[in-house]
Amino acid sequence: MAKEVRFHSVFDIIGPVMVGPSSSHTAGAARIGKVVRNIFGEQPERVDIYLYESFAKTYRGHGTDIALVGGLLGMDPDDRRLPDSLRLAHEAGIKVTFVPKSDKVDHPNTARIILKKGSRQLSVLGVSIGGGNIQISEINGFKITLAMGTPTFVTVHQDVPGMIAAVTNVLSAANVNIGTMTVTREAKGDKAIMILEVDDRRPDLTAAIRALPHVDNVTYFE
Amino acid sequence: MFNTIKALVEQSAAYSSVAAFMVATEAQNSGRTPAQIRAIMGRNLDVMAQSIDEGIQGVKSVTGLTGGDAKRLHQYLENGDFFLGATVLEAVQNAVAVNEVNAKMGLICATPTAGSAGVVAGCLVAVTKKLALTREQQIDFLFTAGAFGLVIANNAGIAGAEGGCQAEVGSASAMAAAALVCAKGGTADMAAQAVAMSLANLMGLVCDPVAGLVEVPCVKRNAMGASQAFVSADMALAGMRSVIPPDEVIAAMDQVGRLMPSVFKETAEGGLAATPTGQKLRHQIFGD
Repeated sequence: MAKEVRFHSVFDIIGPVMVGPSSSHTAGAARIGKVVRNIFGEQPERVDIYLYESFAKTYRGHGTDIALVGGLLGMDPDDRRLPDSLRLAHEAGIKVTFVPKSDKVDHPNTARIILKKGSRQLSVLGVSIGGGNIQISEINGFKITLAMGTPTFVTVHQDVPGMIAAVTNVLSAANVNIGTMTVTREAKGDKAIMILEVDDRRPDLTAAIRALPHVDNVTYFE
Repeated sequence: MFNTIKALVEQSAAYSSVAAFMVATEAQNSGRTPAQIRAIMGRNLDVMAQSIDEGIQGVKSVTGLTGGDAKRLHQYLENGDFFLGATVLEAVQNAVAVNEVNAKMGLICATPTAGSAGVVAGCLVAVTKKLALTREQQIDFLFTAGAFGLVIANNAGIAGAEGGCQAEVGSASAMAAAALVCAKGGTADMAAQAVAMSLANLMGLVCDPVAGLVEVPCVKRNAMGASQAFVSADMALAGMRSVIPPDEVIAAMDQVGRLMPSVFKETAEGGLAATPTGQKLRHQIFGD
């Protein structure tokens, strides 16, 4: 049986440079937090974090809580401010709660992060698959597979007709091929999220997408 | 791309080394230039060396459970009276140093994970002295280790929560063994044999961190992984072969990891974590 190729780069194995102590429970958690923050597109007022299996049982010893919150504040795994993240979040006025769960899930290192600001809410399921590598497997109840290491654009925009065409036109004009695409929204006519995995590293296109009408926020990561 | 050890050995024959093949593959997959790729690895190398220097000075973890042993080993080495060869004992000292820095939330390079970060770094810095490796040769060492590590990661895994300590320190030891073989002028096939022998020797190793912390037994397991890397490398360089082919050993490690009860997979519910002293330490540290 052919196995799914989960690790694509030599730097998935040698790296990342990170603040200890655990690549899956600390660095992976920080990356999940940062990606989730990028998808949400703004600082949340409230964050509820549900932890499963190994994450639930060992999160304090591994600093998983500290790392998830550091990521939600925009920190990378090698940010030396990580150990202070809980205090920094408190000072930034973000209310954070952690809920260890006993439910079985597909992967032992799983966190569900629910972000809220005003009437906006985003729910993301993040998985840390080892060595600091992560996957995003669900957004707002939709099953997706989003592997890190691939150039990815995330837009937060108004749910109005023509948005998909407008964004994909920017990529098409730059001759950038789209590998996978996920579109989800909070409610009809409300805010929508588009996630595009592309074949080329073109962070320079972020500005052109952000300049489109009805686009609130665009982030690029790989 | 290569998905088996067999393919890695065969395809690298068209290049000057396994490391050169890894750099070419990475360039093709990432769109980065070989120079950019080598520069990123150079930064990883620098962080490895810094974490060893820091650990040898003497550090203390956040909980106080670990720290100070790299300094102790350094003093013992300086005294000049020990069993192991100086290179292996230096690798052991370095491996302990990196993991003590990791436990105090210091900066390290995960290789392949943070909990096992001392093995490859520790062997590399020790052998750099012994073989007088240039900076480019040290960077090559890491690409060789990474190439074999990718195959292990994709066919078994590198997370303790998925496959126990064999997936972390076992993988690290196998990666270091392969890179040691190539650094000493051995062939890609010899490196593959060293991978198989390391993984076979560390198969079944459980992940049982006391209080769920990456400290006990992780720091000392890195010392073991580093020493086994030298044992495997010397066996392979002597011409010894693994009876079970490397790719089958990796498949066996995957099976062992899957069938391993979850109490032994980074849940802090079994092994050393479940001993009376392990439980007492957990209570002292977290008050539950």
